[in-house]
Amino acid sequence: MATARAEVLDSAAQPMTETPVRATATTPVCLAVESLDAYFGATRVVRGVSFGVQTGQVTAIIGPSGCGKSTLLRCLNRMHETIPGARVEGEVRFDGRDIYDPAVSAIGVRRHIGMVFQRPTPFPTMSIRDNVAAGLKILPRDQRPSKRETDDIVEHALRRTALWDEVHDRLNASAVALSGGQQQRLCIARALATSPTVLLLDEPTASLDPLSTQRIEELVYELRSEVTIIIVTHNMQQAARISDRTAFMLAGELVEYAPTNAMFTAPRDPRTEAYVTGRFG
Amino acid sequence: MLATSTARTLARRRVKSFIMIALTYVAALIATLPLLLILWHLAAQGASSVNWNFFTKMPAPAGEAGGGMANAIVGTGMLVLIASAIGLPIGVGAGLFLAEQRGAKLATAIRFLSDVLNGLPSIVMGIFAWQLLVRPFKHFSALAGGIALGAMMIPLVTRTTEEMIRLVPVSMREAALALGYTKWRTSLSVVLRTALPGIVTGALVAVARIAGETAPLIFTALGNQFWSVSPTQPIAALPMQIYTYALAPYDDWHAQAWAGALVLIGLVLIISLIARYVTRSRFGLGGD
Repeated sequence: MATARAEVLDSAAQPMTETPVRATATTPVCLAVESLDAYFGATRVVRGVSFGVQTGQVTAIIGPSGCGKSTLLRCLNRMHETIPGARVEGEVRFDGRDIYDPAVSAIGVRRHIGMVFQRPTPFPTMSIRDNVAAGLKILPRDQRPSKRETDDIVEHALRRTALWDEVHDRLNASAVALSGGQQQRLCIARALATSPTVLLLDEPTASLDPLSTQRIEELVYELRSEVTIIIVTHNMQQAARISDRTAFMLAGELVEYAPTNAMFTAPRDPRTEAYVTGRFG
Repeated sequence: MLATSTARTLARRRVKSFIMIALTYVAALIATLPLLLILWHLAAQGASSVNWNFFTKMPAPAGEAGGGMANAIVGTGMLVLIASAIGLPIGVGAGLFLAEQRGAKLATAIRFLSDVLNGLPSIVMGIFAWQLLVRPFKHFSALAGGIALGAMMIPLVTRTTEEMIRLVPVSMREAALALGYTKWRTSLSVVLRTALPGIVTGALVAVARIAGETAPLIFTALGNQFWSVSPTQPIAALPMQIYTYALAPYDDWHAQAWAGALVLIGLVLIISLIARYVTRSRFGLGGD
């Protein structure tokens, strides 16, 4: 099973890594954002943001509603441009290449940088198993795992999201019959099945009850060893609990980016201090 | 003082509320009354003539007892098949286009034209089909009738498809895109599939509607007293057979016309029931 998974990762990684520039050992930066601007029509919602996301860490993006944190996240796997009238300027370097390079396909980027949304989005026409395997089915023929390999990958993904014990006896049942928290973990499993390098979470617990929220948080904490995670949250306690580094955004600008501990105990910018101490937002 | 006036207001409101609710009940009853009357009348007049022979036998010559409408039942089936082969793919494709291109100028224009086409009197469709498909070939045909009916299906299917696809949340589309689905694959295997029960229902409603059309067939399929399943020959259809038989001066034929009407409405009812069943199926937006 381990070899099957490794093959999927390797083969899937090929389109992006034709010219590996950086040496992973010296600079553990997974995603390097450089002077990024994001627009909706003429409105600039992300303003000149630059920061580096480190491999194998959980990076949280916090800030008040409408500060552009979700838009920034959606720029990292080229989902922003799927909205009519939306566009991006600047660079996001992933594996040494700018993902906005005209030669790079958005599809390829999204296969390596997975995403989970605020509301659970299981495909209602698919069974639990088919939902998890949804990203594998669309791989090019030579990279697509066989049925047995798919079953193994599905089981592994469901185990990692602690869903296996709850659903293993009804893999062919409809995914919409699951509870909200289970659906969200299913969506994380679906994103993990294709072995992404980075996982983007856009307020993944905003629509969940406290217990489900706790399970997702534990999951994020455990997954960091395997996948780099960037999580947008409006819950500062959540950021403090699960992230290694935190980015604070305000009105489209990145105000401060620091190790989470430092951010919450000794913020350098007065605006950050005002926000994390609850004086606005 | 205050207390009594409040009590009086309350009593007046209760009476008003009762009267309005009663009126809505009456309106609802009247709304279903025509269908109930039609069904009752058809059953009373036609049920005695609906038997095995009606489905299996050819029409009997005037004055001769017995006979059936086998050719018309098969003819209607064939016309509906031809119409669906044309109307469904084009309608679903156009609906997908309208849903995906929401705001585009071309989409707005097509949506408007499709609504106009939907309101077009069916007799106009019949004359148009005659001019285009019958006159140049110098004879009536099942194909011309099927195409006329198919053209009537297109706007119906287009609009229901569009509505059903729009019901699929944007988040579903985004989830597929974020997994690395291409745009067309997202549209086909996620969006269209999620909307499928609704689209099937819309398609069945459209089929039920055209199955009973008469006007477009008068100029195209013409009708046929004999057995024919050739698409290039005139073909019989239930609504036209009912029309012919009802106008004829023979009591036998009148009974047959009633029976034909009952069978036609029965077919439409069955299609509607299937449509309801499909909507309530396990997977899909409508249901769990």
